[in-house]
Amino acid sequence: MKYTVQIVGVGGQGVLLASMVLGNAAMKEGYKVAMSEVHGMAQRGGSVLCTLRFGDDVISPLESVGGADLIMGFEPVETCRNLPLGNKDTMILMNLDPVFPSMVAAGMEEYPKIDDLIAAAKKNNKNVSTIEATSIAVKAGKAVAANAVMIGAVAAIKGFPLKKKILKETLAENVPQKFLDLNLKAFELGYESMN
Amino acid sequence: MANLLADSGKELLLGNEAIVRGLIEAGVKFASTYPGTPSSEVGNNLEKMADKAGMYFEFSSNEKIALEVSAAAASAGVRSFVFMKHVGVNVAADPLMTLAYAGVNGGMLLMSADDPSCHSSQNEQDNRYYSQLSLLPMMEPSTPAEAKEMIKEAYDVSEALKLPLIYRTTTRVNHARGIVEYCTPIDKPAKGKFEKDFKRYVNIPANARPNRVILLHKNMKAKELSENSKLNFIDGSGTCDVGIITSGVSYTYVKECLKNVDILKIGFTNPLPEKKIADFVSKKKAIIVVEELDPFLEDQVLRICGQNNLNVPVHGKRDGTLPREWEFSPDVMKKLSKLVDVIDMPVSLPMPEMKLPGRPPTLCAGCPHRGLFAATKKAVGKDDVIYCSDIGCYTLGGQPPFNEADFIICMGGGAGAAGGFSETTDQKSIAFIGDSTFFHSGIPSLISAKFNNHKYTMVILDNRTTAMTGHQPNPGTGRHFGGVETEEIDVEKVVKAIGIGFVETVNSYDVKAATDVMKRAIAYDGVSVVISKCPCPLELKRHKALEPKLCVVDQSKCIQCMTCLKTIACPALVKTDGKIVVDESQCIGCGMCANVCPKDAIGVKQ
Repeated sequence: MKYTVQIVGVGGQGVLLASMVLGNAAMKEGYKVAMSEVHGMAQRGGSVLCTLRFGDDVISPLESVGGADLIMGFEPVETCRNLPLGNKDTMILMNLDPVFPSMVAAGMEEYPKIDDLIAAAKKNNKNVSTIEATSIAVKAGKAVAANAVMIGAVAAIKGFPLKKKILKETLAENVPQKFLDLNLKAFELGYESMN
Repeated sequence: MANLLADSGKELLLGNEAIVRGLIEAGVKFASTYPGTPSSEVGNNLEKMADKAGMYFEFSSNEKIALEVSAAAASAGVRSFVFMKHVGVNVAADPLMTLAYAGVNGGMLLMSADDPSCHSSQNEQDNRYYSQLSLLPMMEPSTPAEAKEMIKEAYDVSEALKLPLIYRTTTRVNHARGIVEYCTPIDKPAKGKFEKDFKRYVNIPANARPNRVILLHKNMKAKELSENSKLNFIDGSGTCDVGIITSGVSYTYVKECLKNVDILKIGFTNPLPEKKIADFVSKKKAIIVVEELDPFLEDQVLRICGQNNLNVPVHGKRDGTLPREWEFSPDVMKKLSKLVDVIDMPVSLPMPEMKLPGRPPTLCAGCPHRGLFAATKKAVGKDDVIYCSDIGCYTLGGQPPFNEADFIICMGGGAGAAGGFSETTDQKSIAFIGDSTFFHSGIPSLISAKFNNHKYTMVILDNRTTAMTGHQPNPGTGRHFGGVETEEIDVEKVVKAIGIGFVETVNSYDVKAATDVMKRAIAYDGVSVVISKCPCPLELKRHKALEPKLCVVDQSKCIQCMTCLKTIACPALVKTDGKIVVDESQCIGCGMCANVCPKDAIGVKQ
């Protein structure tokens, strides 16, 4: 068994934290783990991509284009930009909260309509699940817990090999104590939203 | 955050964290660097914990100095580690070449963190050639786990040869993450003694000549070590017709993507195990050399084939099978499908047809550099100015609406180039340089400009940190870690001591005042220096020192002239339905937009 998650989003959205939680959970389940992260210049307000691979004989930190089993999209434009990382059978979790690029904020470029982005994702793939992670996080107590909502939602994705209990436990180990309840609640709400 | 000091355990570590753990396990007691991606997290971790591991660590003010201090430590018998990004080795190359003649006593590693595909770099040079140029041994790990493990081996080889060893990594090793098992650290002395040896350490011509011969002898001995090293091994049944010779992260792609091949995996990559290679090749019908960047292994394999009368086809870069540019990936392995069995890879989804807005790296909301770039643009007006920029966050000033980067080559390079342009063109030159870069290599350029009476303006963007690489301290901030406290070196005092006639310090958030200073600096007859002294907001956030403030647009006064957007282009200013609104999640209340608003429509709320 080999399983690849491509986690895409924008710096500051918690992509790296999500990858650490998923990666550590995979390690706890006894899998080999290979990951790749983006650091440095590319982080300054740019797109962030994190590759997580786990399974029995995993060593390469990169996956082939099209080889993702799951695309975990923290931002709708970034999800669409990275669709080629998946194939027709890839599971796609698409958060619908936009983060406007600077050129959009400045009125020099247009941000596409969310419905058009959803349609683009669904055009060639039947496994797209959408989620409004920020509004769910607000229900849990605070918008910053959106990444915990996303991790909870991943636990409910069909065929995702890591157990919900282990993911939740690993999330708890990776967030500050004072935000523990918030994150665990956000995780559960994210999980429930997928059912 | 993983505990790198634990006695035992298993952690999911970043390559750079695994390397730090490797240093602890190998008893390394001295480390130095100048920060550079993809090596930076090694320093960030050592800054926090080196002293707890009994290790001295410093951010030297450039890579050359970093190499020299580590060379001295190892010459005195203390295991040392100097690390930098690939282009940093260019800066350190001068001491490196002669250090090879003198050699070391305690083990010494120079980590060169190469960046194929230029993720965070100005070029993708292949630093493996430095090992041949300097005749120094070299090792290359493939994964974070191996990066930790190989360090011990590397120190043993360095000490056996009494030579520094080049430890070459790439972005996909430094910034990969994998499971690393801890071993028990060995202890080595933190204090040594320098035993004087005029013939060895003083490389005047009379001593350098015999030392060159000694180095060549050591190189022969290194070849024997490589020949017998367990880091060079055959992975496979040994019965396949096609053999792959590979090293570094490429090994992981070969291992997962190619079927029915035998792999000669080389970890000790200079000097190469020639007998082992010849023996491997002689049993194959075809060889493919899989390596990123230049044909470093391949050319040597071809030479080894020639010397051993081996008539086996060698595929790689020279015959165009594999590309010479950019990093490899599983997809690159598809190029080998005519020669070997490649695993099936799914057909990828097409890119959506709709236009997606770009998201290039950009200066942060409230970044003081925005104010200085806006002021410079206004001060320059329609004049023809060559913007000589440099390596750091301010490189991003090359983007619209500023477009203030015309010439960037290397650390400190803008200040040097500006002098050349001022002598050979009628265009004015402005050199942008950061605080850390100024201390790295800007000071000699400024002295040379004054000495030769060049006429240009140097703008020192002092944001009180080395921001781009992850907020390391620099001489301008003083040192406050590892039990060492030093005072700040004042940039303005340094500039004045050089005798520069025009020196002014501005607050870039006051764009109007900065514009006035820039106008006078550009008009000055001689070298002028403007210092923008304004801390990086990310650094302030890190230290919880950012005052909570917010810019607020009074829509009744705003005439939608877009001056704020056009001049500052702060990501916290958002144009929605023709109106300017402030994105409260991004705004830090710096007030730059308020400063340039012609109608006083923007206020700053405490």
